[in-house]
Amino acid sequence: MATFDFLLQGLWVAAQPMNLLYALIGVTLGTAVGVLPGIGPALTVALLLPVTYRLDPAGSLIMFAGIYYGGMYGGSTTSILLNTPGESASIVTALEGNKMARAGRGGPALATAAIGSFVAGLIATLGLAFIAPYIVKLALVFGPREYFALMVLAFVTVSSAFGDSTLRGLTALFVGLALSVVGIDQLTGQTRLSFGVPELLDGIEVTTLAVAMFAIGETLFIAAQGDKGPDKVEAVRGSVWMSKLDWARSWKPWLRGTFIGFPIGAMPAGGAEIGTFLSYATEKRLAKHPEEFGNGAIEGVAGPEAANNASAAGTLVPLLTLGLPTTATAAIMLAGFQQYGLQPGPLLFATNPQLVWGLIASLLIANFMLLVLNLPLIGLWVKLLTIPKPWLYAGILLFATLGTIGANPSVYELGMLLAFGLLGYAMRMFGYPIAPVVVGLILGPLAEQQLRRALAISQGDVSVLFTSPIAAVLLVIAAAALIVPLILRARGRGQVLAQLAANED
Amino acid sequence: MTKGLNPSTTTRRPDRAALFIAAVLAAIAGLIFWDVSRLAGAAGYSQVGPTTVPYAIACCLAGLSVWTVFEALRNDFPERERQEFGPVFWIVAGLVAQMLLLNVAGFSIATGILFALTARGFGKRKLWFSLPVGIALCFAVWVIFAKLLQLSLPAGPLERLFF
Repeated sequence: MATFDFLLQGLWVAAQPMNLLYALIGVTLGTAVGVLPGIGPALTVALLLPVTYRLDPAGSLIMFAGIYYGGMYGGSTTSILLNTPGESASIVTALEGNKMARAGRGGPALATAAIGSFVAGLIATLGLAFIAPYIVKLALVFGPREYFALMVLAFVTVSSAFGDSTLRGLTALFVGLALSVVGIDQLTGQTRLSFGVPELLDGIEVTTLAVAMFAIGETLFIAAQGDKGPDKVEAVRGSVWMSKLDWARSWKPWLRGTFIGFPIGAMPAGGAEIGTFLSYATEKRLAKHPEEFGNGAIEGVAGPEAANNASAAGTLVPLLTLGLPTTATAAIMLAGFQQYGLQPGPLLFATNPQLVWGLIASLLIANFMLLVLNLPLIGLWVKLLTIPKPWLYAGILLFATLGTIGANPSVYELGMLLAFGLLGYAMRMFGYPIAPVVVGLILGPLAEQQLRRALAISQGDVSVLFTSPIAAVLLVIAAAALIVPLILRARGRGQVLAQLAANED
Repeated sequence: MTKGLNPSTTTRRPDRAALFIAAVLAAIAGLIFWDVSRLAGAAGYSQVGPTTVPYAIACCLAGLSVWTVFEALRNDFPERERQEFGPVFWIVAGLVAQMLLLNVAGFSIATGILFALTARGFGKRKLWFSLPVGIALCFAVWVIFAKLLQLSLPAGPLERLFF
């Protein structure tokens, strides 16, 4: 079992004091960010990218992964106590969790969410460790055309399979792809779409785009909603500990949630929220007292929370083994790897095993830290919810611009930030999803490279893209993921898909 | 995010804003065509060059533009919530002020103004209070990130006073 050896080596890397510190910073920041309404893990990782230029790669990647996991934990707190999900993967948790909090059972709701997240995180991270080597082996037979087909599949699922409109998803994706063309062509050195502006030669910074779209766009959008009165924070009454009955009702949903969430995260289907909806539906069907659903059923918190953490770990499977991001957060983590000149994929497992396995092992450690951070310290996180909105969003913009200024203190970069912020605001106003723009910008150049390699090998013969069996299957799935939702929506069955919207991740 | 309390008027006229979006998409497609046609000569003997993918993207954008026109004519876009542009202007003003002042007044003052104007956009009207708070907070952030983490944040008169 070579995996065990690698995992032990990884644990040794992760247990270095500095790496433990980075993991702790990551999970603490991640939880704080997950708790705060309005900012998600994608934004936090984007904000921290420029700040971590000077850190070593292993440390900062461990920190980013900690933020991702922490954000998934923290999101549940907001959903349960405030009924405003901090990130879209927690929307389902709000359904039952907030009802429980209103009935004075906020403590057990938070506990089952935290312990469920822990169980799911643990199993799914081990799943990641054991599946990754097999996918790496599979990926070694992939040539340029297979990679291109895989990326097409990721494009389709991220942009159009879920959400409420194929048109708007695809439009967002192609805006991202158009932006990805800006700058110097990687293969020939030609400048494209830079219009003689020297700053555009380097292309568009992923972090600038992500921060602008997520932080500034979101702030403008919230501000434009006007004052809707203060949100009501439910106080945590009674014990946070679960009764025997709560345990008995929770453990099966945790496991089921994990086994629903992990494969969905691992497939290039994008978004943790899909797993949470499926888990909720499953629990509702299997429950002994289905009438409790809608009035605070603990199964409806336990299952989806486990599912969302399991799919967060699942997303790391395609990211680490294939270099394929399927959520906005994963896309920005990919930018984090690229910042250090590392390209996730099968080669990374061979050339930099300490880094990869250290990262995976640190997720196990981060999971324990999160359990400790979230159960006894829950009161502290709840305090974060009481920060008044003006100061909260003023602070968010302060840190959003700090990251950009730190990377490049120029008027030009801030101008880009403002322009993309306004674009993000306009897109939110008209119901366009944001994640496809970011994924398009990051994956666009990679997909173009693979396509051109494949076509260069075949001397321009396009049919080569479809003649490899793996590529053909992937493209057929991609086509199905594009066409089936179109038919469903045309026949008025679109509401289900709209609920599964992969909005922020 | 969409807690529609006061949806806008329900008219059956073509959605003008959506038509505008379609026009913008078409314009981007045209821009790509125009820019890349310049490179056509440089592609050389190979059929796939730096122009292949931009052309494909431009074609797709043009197609999406046409599709948007259809949806606009059929009023398929979702109802938009009423937007209050006052707060948006305050925040944009803050960002513009920061952008212009950054290299003149330094990080703390420029970002402090952004902080105060954002708070103003969210309803904190007392600028005489929020401006000093913002500048003090930004100065603390500057000390932490520029001095301890060695990030290059521009210094201005305030920062030079202390360091």
